[in-house]
Amino acid sequence: MAETAVSCERVSVRFTSERGTVTALDNIDLTIPRGSFLTLLGPSGCGKSTLLRVMADLVAPSSGRVSVLGGAPQAARESRQIGFVFQDPALLAWRTVLENVSLPLEVGGGKALPGARSPHELLSLVGLSGWEKAYPHELSGGMRQRVAIARALVSNPRLLLMDEPFGALDEITRDRLNEELLQLWETTGTTIVFVTHSIYEAAFLGQSVLLLAARPGRVREQVPVTLPMPRRLAQRETTEFVSLAGHLRRVLETC
Amino acid sequence: MAEQVTANQVPVGGFAEDAEADARFLAHKRYLAWRRRLLPIGAILLFLLLWWQAVVQFEIKPFIAPSPVAVAKVLVERFDILMTNLLPTAIEAVCGFLLGNFAAIALATVFVYRKTSEEALFPIAVMVNTIPVVAKAPILVLLLGNGMEPKIAIAAIICFFPTLVNMTRGLRDVRPEQLELMRILSATPREVFFRIRVPNALPYLFSALKIAASTAVIGAIVGEWIGSNVGIGALIIQATYNFDSPLLYATIVVGSTFSALFFGVISLAERSMLRWHTAHKD
Repeated sequence: MAETAVSCERVSVRFTSERGTVTALDNIDLTIPRGSFLTLLGPSGCGKSTLLRVMADLVAPSSGRVSVLGGAPQAARESRQIGFVFQDPALLAWRTVLENVSLPLEVGGGKALPGARSPHELLSLVGLSGWEKAYPHELSGGMRQRVAIARALVSNPRLLLMDEPFGALDEITRDRLNEELLQLWETTGTTIVFVTHSIYEAAFLGQSVLLLAARPGRVREQVPVTLPMPRRLAQRETTEFVSLAGHLRRVLETC
Repeated sequence: MAEQVTANQVPVGGFAEDAEADARFLAHKRYLAWRRRLLPIGAILLFLLLWWQAVVQFEIKPFIAPSPVAVAKVLVERFDILMTNLLPTAIEAVCGFLLGNFAAIALATVFVYRKTSEEALFPIAVMVNTIPVVAKAPILVLLLGNGMEPKIAIAAIICFFPTLVNMTRGLRDVRPEQLELMRILSATPREVFFRIRVPNALPYLFSALKIAASTAVIGAIVGEWIGSNVGIGALIIQATYNFDSPLLYATIVVGSTFSALFFGVISLAERSMLRWHTAHKD
């Protein structure tokens, strides 16, 4: 077994509000090997975004143990080993594309970032060379999300967490970005955890798909995806893919 | 978020492959720009003509309403007196503007970081804001004497409220994802303030500053109504008591022109500082 990027042992997250306590995650056990691509799939309310936020040290678990890259999530975050891509690109409207991608190099209390990558190089990696001086409002939704991905990669993170990054995009753009993301994953070798509510996206991207059930959020099943890499969109028409997607859909119906 | 692909790399009309279409597009754009400038000028000229004809045709007495020609004559002949009186008003308005806005920005920053202070102080700010300017003026004259100080204070108080409300909102209404992003990047609170909150608040701030630019001048003028013998406000009172309506109108023209120039300066500053924002609206 390869080294572990993320491990969760009996992790629970409970939110307390005026209307009572909601259990977002209930006893999650999970191991993600380094360099792998895991997709989290589940109905809304299953806590998949919360699980991602626990790994990113944005949400503290109520109980259980989380280890990220061999230490506490906080240590991984503070040593800038985590990249995060939100559903909303969360670009700063007052900064140009290049300035947005450079943001991670400017903040963090002035600590040097060993192994940081060049923003120019990353922009060409996501296919946005020539757009350095444009402002976010001049870009299409797909282009904005590419900028967000470049920004997440600039600190050269060993763990890339993606929270429904293509959820607000049209299907054509989403398909293209899916293919590009797999190429990016192969060139960077980073571990990717990708949250989605699309069965096809989960099956196409992941080396394995973690199915979560809702209320309370818990692991339903982890399904390995045996489709060979590099994957092409046409592979979604193979019998293997279709039966896999069918299986995921049937499990989801019971979640 | 709206899907929009803009041909930002193409500096001309956008029809890169069709020179004729491009020329026609640009020509129409120029026409629209001129139209936008000339229409209000035409309307003003028409209004002046109507006013002048009304005074002549209905033989309106000069002390009731002067003809625009008489006002123009005063503007030229007594230009030095008008300017000597504009100077103190301008100083009071600009000082009050700076003071009031600076205080409002500082308090808004405190409000954002200390919710308790907002709960305690905001109702007081609302109360003060409900007092009419004409009522604030005598109170401040009694407190601060007869010099420029009470006028500056009135101008500052008038500017204060809109900036406080807008700035608090601008500093606070930051997208949650941007704050989460800054946490992922382990940004310090100082970095979050200067790189996220302040730039986010600038469009809100400039909306308030544009209101403040004209209201500060009004505040200074109203302040001069009480116990003052220089300034645009004093000149208005003086001209009214003397039934010198051409001077009254000329004074108002000078005061309004200064207000408009002040507003223009703030708008220019906004354009240069918020290129990303103003371009967005075009």
